[in-house]
Amino acid sequence: MIRSSILISGDPLSLSRGAEETKLAIEAELSFYGLEDEVQVGYTGRANRTDVLPLVIVHPEGTVYGPVSPEDGAEIVEEHLYKGRVVEHLQAPPEVAEAEVDTLEVEGEPLYGQKRVVLKRAGTIDPYSIDDYIAYDGYFALGRALTEMEPGEVLKTVQDSGLQGRGGAGFPTGLKWSFVAQQPETTRYIVCNADESEPGTFKDRLIVEGDPHAVLEGMALAGYAVEASEGWIYIRGEYAMARDILNQAITRAEEMNLLGDNILGSDFSFHIHVHAGAGAYVCGEETALLNSLEGDRGMPRIRPPCPTVRGFRGMPTVVNNVETLANVPPIIINGADWFRAIGTERSPGTKVYTMLGDVNITGLVETPMGTTLREIIDIYGGGMKDGKAFKAAQTGGSSGTIIPADLLDVPMDFASMREKGAGLGSGALLICDEDTDIVDLAYVLVRFFKTESCGKCTPCRVGTAQMLEALDRLRKGMARRADLERLEEIATYVQSSSFCGLGQAAPVPILTGLRYFRDEFESRLRE
Amino acid sequence: MEEAVAVTDRIVEKHDADREALVEILREINEESGHLTRDQLARVAELVGLPLSKVYSVATFYSLISVKKLGKHVIRFCQDAPCHVQGGQEVWDALEQELGIPFGATTLDGEWSLLTTSCIGACAVGPVMMVDDDIYGNLTPERARDIIARYRQADATTDTAQGEQA
Repeated sequence: MIRSSILISGDPLSLSRGAEETKLAIEAELSFYGLEDEVQVGYTGRANRTDVLPLVIVHPEGTVYGPVSPEDGAEIVEEHLYKGRVVEHLQAPPEVAEAEVDTLEVEGEPLYGQKRVVLKRAGTIDPYSIDDYIAYDGYFALGRALTEMEPGEVLKTVQDSGLQGRGGAGFPTGLKWSFVAQQPETTRYIVCNADESEPGTFKDRLIVEGDPHAVLEGMALAGYAVEASEGWIYIRGEYAMARDILNQAITRAEEMNLLGDNILGSDFSFHIHVHAGAGAYVCGEETALLNSLEGDRGMPRIRPPCPTVRGFRGMPTVVNNVETLANVPPIIINGADWFRAIGTERSPGTKVYTMLGDVNITGLVETPMGTTLREIIDIYGGGMKDGKAFKAAQTGGSSGTIIPADLLDVPMDFASMREKGAGLGSGALLICDEDTDIVDLAYVLVRFFKTESCGKCTPCRVGTAQMLEALDRLRKGMARRADLERLEEIATYVQSSSFCGLGQAAPVPILTGLRYFRDEFESRLRE
Repeated sequence: MEEAVAVTDRIVEKHDADREALVEILREINEESGHLTRDQLARVAELVGLPLSKVYSVATFYSLISVKKLGKHVIRFCQDAPCHVQGGQEVWDALEQELGIPFGATTLDGEWSLLTTSCIGACAVGPVMMVDDDIYGNLTPERARDIIARYRQADATTDTAQGEQA
C-alpha cells in the first residue's frame, strides 16, 4: 500500500542541478529502509523559484524541501519517512512552500519544466474553439471581475502584481493603466500592439494563433479597469492567419456575450476591432501605430503628450503588447501574490523567448524572469550546435544588444539586463557561435534600420545610411582608423538625437559591438 | 475578370469609405490587383474624400502596397539577421543569379519581381522567403532554385492548357 509520495522537481533546470541524483539517492535510501513499496517517487514539472531547486515535496503532508542534494535526500528519507520527523533545516522558504503545493501536479512525459503562464493553452487547445478556451479557465477572470470586483480593484491587482510591458521597454502595466484611468475624458481606448516586427521575434504571432481569446480577455479586463468601451488590435499585415483567427474569435465571443454590449448581463460593454497594417516596422512604435490606425502614414508623434493622455483619436489610450495582455487573465484569477512568486522581485512573472541561431533546438521558450541565458541555451536550446563555442547573443531583436559570453550568467529580467547595458527587448535571442563575424552581423542589423527608417527625422534617415556605408567599407577591409572613429561618433549622435525609438536603437548593434568586440572591428581596418 | 475600378469600389464600400481604414483599403486592393494604378488611387481618394496626394503618400509608405507594376510572381526574401546568420547570403546570391536580376528589380518578361522583406516571423526555419502568399523556409541555394522551377513548370502547364482550350 502506498502511504506517501515524494515528488522531485524534474524541470530541466532542476535536472541540471542534480535532481536525478537526488531522486536516485532517495530511491536507494527507501529500499535500504524497506519502504520502496510504501512510498512512491516521481517527478513534477513545476518550479516557481529557481534559487531553491531541486525541490522535494513529500505528500500527503505537503512538506516542501529545497534545495535538496543527494545527501539531503537520504536524510529526508531517514528522518521524515522512516522516523516521521520533518527535517526543518532543509525546508524551503514558506513562500515557496505555499506556491508549490497549490499548483502541484505530476506531469506526464516529457518533463520540460517551462513555467507556462502565457503559453499555458497554446498548442493544447483549438484556437478556433471558444469552448476549449472556456474549459481551460477561459473568461473566468472576466466573469469574476464583472461580478465581484470594482474597476479599481482590477487595476490595483494588476498594479500589485508588478506586471511589466512585454513589448520591450518593461514599463509597469498597472501604472500605465492608472494614467489613463485618471484622465478627465471619458472616451478611452485600449489598443493591443500586435505589430510584431522585431527581427527574430514571433512570440506574439504564436500567442495569437494558439490562444486568441486570452488576448481578447486581457483587453476586456483592461477596458473594465480603465473604463474604456472600445479596443483595437493592430496586427501586422503579414500575419494573415493570425488576423483571421482573431476575427473569428471576436465573433464567437460576441455570440456568447463575452464581448459586445452588456457583457454577461453587466453594465460593462466592450467592442474589439482588428486593424491590419501593411508592412512597416516603425508602426510597432506606439505613436506611429496610432497614426497608422487612424489611416495615415505610420510616422511617430512627438511626446509628450503620451498616448495615455492623448492617444487614438486624441483620447487617453492604453497601448499594450500581446504578451502583456495575455498575462492579465491569470493574474486576475490567481491574484497578484501568485504572480509575484514567479520570476524575480523586480520583474515578476515569466518571459516568452524566441531562441534562434546556433543552438540545437530553436523555437519558443517560456521561463520565469531571472533565468540566465546560459540556462536557456543549455537546457531549452539543447546546447550549442555542433559543440561549438558561444561567442555572442543578440538579444531583443535588431533594436537589442550584442552581448558577449561574460553576460551568460546575468539573470535575465528588465532591470538586471539594463544594469549591464543590455536589453531584454522583445525576447528574441539570436545565439551566435565562434564562427560568427560580428562586423557582418552589425552590418545586417543596421541595414534593417536603414530600410525601415520612416524618414521623418534627419539623424535616423541620414545617419542609418552613413553608418551602413561605413560598416560596408569596414567589412570589405577598406576602412581606416579615422573611419571607425567617425562611425562611432555618428552612432552616438544618432542614438542621442533621433526622434523615436527606431533611430535611437539603430546604432545599438554598433555601440554594443564595439564595447564587447572592439578588437574584431579594429582587425578589419586597412593599415 | 473584375475591372480594377470595380475591385476598388467594392473594397472601399466594404470599409464604409472610412478614412481611418485607408491603410487596410489600400492593402486589400493591392492584394487583389497586384499593385495600385493611378486610376485606382484617384478613385480611392474620391470615394474616401481625401486629396490624391494624401492617398499616394500613405500608399507609398507601406511595403505591402505597391504603386508600381510588379511581376506575375513576387519573391520577398527576408534580409534580417536571423535569416542572414543561417545562410541567407548564399540564397540571396542564388536568387539573383537564377532570375538574372538584382534585388528590387522585375524581370523583362514581367514574370518575376525580386524584393526583400523585413522579418516575417518565421525565423525558426530561416532563411525564409515568400513567393506571392506562400512562405518557404529552410532555404538553401538548391531549394530556392527548385522552388522557382516549380512555379515556372506550373505556369507552363497552365499556359499549355489554356492554349489547348483556345
